[in-house]
Amino acid sequence: MKILEVSNVNKRFGGLQALDDVNLTVEQGHVHAIIGPNGAGKSTLLNCFVGRLMPDTGSVIFDGTSLLGLAPHEINQTGVSRVFQTPEIFEDLSLLDNLMIPALAKRDGAFTLNAWGRVDQDAEIRDQAEHMLEDVGLQDKRHLQSGTMSRGDKRRLELAMCLVQNPKLLLLDEPTAGMSRADTNNTIDLLKKIGERGITKVIIEHDMHVVFSLANRVSVLAQGHVIAEGTPEEMKEDQRVKDAYLGAGHE
Amino acid sequence: MIAPTTPRKDMVMFIVFAIAILTLPIWMAPLGGSYPDLLQKFAIFGLFAVGFNILFGLTGYLSFGHAAFLGVGSYTAVWSFKLLSMNILPAIFFGMITSGLFALIIGYVSLRRSGIYFSILTLAFAQMSYNLAYSVLTPITYGETGLQLAQYDPRILDAQATVEGGGIPLTNLFGLEMQGWPGFYFCAVVLIIGFYIAMRITRSPFGMMLLAVKSNQNRMNYTGLNTRPYTLAAFVISGIYAGLAGSLMAVTDPLAGAERMQWTASGEVVLMTILGGVGTLLGPVLGAAIIKYFENIFSAINESVLHAFFGFLPDFIENGLVNVASLFVGKGWHLTLGVLFMVMVIFLPGGVIEAYDRIRKRFFSKETRSSAAPQAGDD
Repeated sequence: MKILEVSNVNKRFGGLQALDDVNLTVEQGHVHAIIGPNGAGKSTLLNCFVGRLMPDTGSVIFDGTSLLGLAPHEINQTGVSRVFQTPEIFEDLSLLDNLMIPALAKRDGAFTLNAWGRVDQDAEIRDQAEHMLEDVGLQDKRHLQSGTMSRGDKRRLELAMCLVQNPKLLLLDEPTAGMSRADTNNTIDLLKKIGERGITKVIIEHDMHVVFSLANRVSVLAQGHVIAEGTPEEMKEDQRVKDAYLGAGHE
Repeated sequence: MIAPTTPRKDMVMFIVFAIAILTLPIWMAPLGGSYPDLLQKFAIFGLFAVGFNILFGLTGYLSFGHAAFLGVGSYTAVWSFKLLSMNILPAIFFGMITSGLFALIIGYVSLRRSGIYFSILTLAFAQMSYNLAYSVLTPITYGETGLQLAQYDPRILDAQATVEGGGIPLTNLFGLEMQGWPGFYFCAVVLIIGFYIAMRITRSPFGMMLLAVKSNQNRMNYTGLNTRPYTLAAFVISGIYAGLAGSLMAVTDPLAGAERMQWTASGEVVLMTILGGVGTLLGPVLGAAIIKYFENIFSAINESVLHAFFGFLPDFIENGLVNVASLFVGKGWHLTLGVLFMVMVIFLPGGVIEAYDRIRKRFFSKETRSSAAPQAGDD
């Protein structure tokens, strides 16, 4: 079953054709990687999914609803969560609060004026947050201020913040960018672990090691265009992919 | 580490707070501040700052125009005294309603921007309100002279109260006149209620979302939360607090002038909040009390008091010290406040509450308290 369907998406920034007639289909439950050289339009494409950018033409259909023209919070409420290249977390708050906020957003919607109940007595939300922290191995730090953690831990936390909402689609923008090899492997393990939950994931990635460990479908983007699509193994051997990465005419 | 909040800890803090406020007349006596006029100001400005902190302390949106709501509250209350009744309850009720409506309009427009642009917008709105009150809206505000009570005001609800030659009746709560100590105790009770509500807001899911606004709006949006209604609600709530403080001013002294809306008044509440501790529950009240104490005590000191104070020294040293010190007292009390404020912001950006926390950590606990960052709502 198709969960995300991107058809004929174009996006122009002045003289630059950032996305050129992009077509993409993501199957439910798949881990779909979007790879491509720098400037290929990967992040632009992702931004078109989450309401940060509006494509000039084309359509993005998620689970039967068009995402175009929706605000980021509306898109999230349809079941799409996003992990950023640099972790976006609530740095001033404790880890527990960081997880309770998305859990509340999932349960109570985009705006609820509950100014009287005590949030520290909300057992349902608190349990969700505590369990999620255990799942990503951060339970010992739950009262720590999240901004004081290492980058790897912040990434873990951000991922947990997305997962606690139990999204239908998880978008990951270079989840291992700037990480050491050890941290990268930890993140891969974590992503594999959450893969068992059956959440559909779209990963944008530079690191082939990450792509081949996780993805079961790969789309290759170059100069705003999808030049090839297939399984990771097929893509490894594809001449067009090699050309795009290494330049045509290489040996 | 951020110490987790519990209802019990909050209840202890609240009870201590309530007792401290109600016993102000006793323990302020040795400090020379035990008179109703000053203590009323403590309570009223404390309330103003508590409300301001809901916006500034929790969401981080720095409004430079909150005095506008204070003024609106005062004008409305005085009009209620003139037209309806000298009973203070309708005055307070209408003061809160009108300032809330005002805050809704101003907030709706101003919150389209954040950071410095938001501050400038609120400042512009407040100055507009000030100018309207000062000149354009003279029929409502009585401009320069200010809005005052008159003997033959209609006061339709207390019909028989206007006695020929009987003078203007006093503001009252079902007969209990709101001057002097009763006035203070009424304001104190309102402050305690206002503090309790602010505490509940801070600890609620809504309060947590406001902290999230301050921390990372981008993440909030991508977490499925609409930030705009949250900030607007916080703005309106803090506007209502300001209107309540403004109507209490009219309760204890039934007149309203445009200067109450001037930017200096808006700036004052910012100073109070920062001096006490932004984002903490007790800080704003402390900051308000400190500033009002300085204003009243330091401005009352004159050269003869200083001469008496330094009298034990040889004459030439005495005169020198008096000359220097007199710059900082009397009309120069703002200078003292300015120096104090600078010292605080440079060395203790978390205000009095941070100072207290540091002292407590140094002397009372050598255990596992590591993080020194002042935390919102964590007193």
